Amino acid sequence: MVLQEADNELTIDCLLLAGRIMIESGAETYRVEDTMLRMAKSQKMTNAQCYATPTGIIFSLGKTQPTRITSISKRVTDLQKIALVNSVSRRLTSHMITLEEAYDELKSIQKTNYFLPTYLQVLAAALASGCFLIMFQGGWSDFPIACLAGGLGFLVLVIINHLTKVKFFSEFTASLAIGFIAFFSEKYGYGTEIDKIIISSVMPLVPGILITNAVRDLMAGHFMSGMAKGAEAFLTAFAIGAAIAVTLGF
Amino acid sequence: MMDIITQIIVSFFATAGIAIIFNVPRKTLLHCGLVGVIGWIIYYSLTERGMDVVNASFFGSFVIAIVAHLYARRFKIPMIIFIVGGIIPLVPGGMAYNAMRNVVADDYLQGLQYGLKAFLITGAIVMGLVFAEVFTQLIVRSIRLSKLTFQRVYKK
Repeated sequence: MVLQEADNELTIDCLLLAGRIMIESGAETYRVEDTMLRMAKSQKMTNAQCYATPTGIIFSLGKTQPTRITSISKRVTDLQKIALVNSVSRRLTSHMITLEEAYDELKSIQKTNYFLPTYLQVLAAALASGCFLIMFQGGWSDFPIACLAGGLGFLVLVIINHLTKVKFFSEFTASLAIGFIAFFSEKYGYGTEIDKIIISSVMPLVPGILITNAVRDLMAGHFMSGMAKGAEAFLTAFAIGAAIAVTLGF
Repeated sequence: MMDIITQIIVSFFATAGIAIIFNVPRKTLLHCGLVGVIGWIIYYSLTERGMDVVNASFFGSFVIAIVAHLYARRFKIPMIIFIVGGIIPLVPGGMAYNAMRNVVADDYLQGLQYGLKAFLITGAIVMGLVFAEVFTQLIVRSIRLSKLTFQRVYKK
């Protein structure tokens, strides 16, 4: 009986860790609940109940066991971690690995940083901004300016995010930098269309995953999570818009 | 024709760049770029033929979600990984920018007009994603059901 309870504790730890990593990396809430319940079922916990929100997870095994809560404060977008946790849960539910192996694997996933080095991300943002300029019917002569503005904007985002941990402030500063680069490039004759430069350089900051997740959560019936994520997406869009408004005011 | 080829190349690199920022799994990077290309080319050619941007966004995101679903089944990873990069080019950045610019210039009516259009486009993208999801679920379910009935008939 005692052994059984210790086993249950390990299983719940494992489930909560899986859910935590998924929410911290930006997965949809309904997918988190689904994954946790599937894993629980594979460990013969048929009465398990799970309630996940973007800021915390509540997990209960029914009457006999205490309910466990884990709270989550920071969220980033890291799709690779979502895919890795998904594969762990797939293998656990098909009994290809044991619970202990799954727990060890999840712990190592949580510790590892899967992001590419920052300079590569900045390069990717710069290239993407330049390409967006061509997609939005801009001229090739503005291509270098858009690359510069997009790359520098993303760099500012990363630096300020590291310094202050306030997401909206870093987005505001990043779009402010983009706006000023576009403004001065036009003033000193390096760029021709300030509108298109700004629109294309801001693209890497757009909260794509939040919009997608908010909608998918709403459609799955998770109104709390959907509304919360929608509010986060709206605040991000507002931060970008306010910064651009400041530069346009000059 | 040259124009379309340029758009294909450019949209591939733009979507792949966004995918790198969101840190998609390395082996799916090319496929993420491809999803973005498909969505953007549909949107681009439809708007070139004079379709309204709202309808074009709907069709673009609809196809993106269906392609993402197929890839998700093939690679056995969540389909959101393929969607996120793909819909970024369709996001109405230009409309939102114009709305902001007009509001700053005290032209609230014009700003409201652009803002509403941006809102409509976002709604269209969302509807495209949701419709595609329901659509694929229906097809998968009907295939499974027909297989089951086939087996039952065959056994008898």
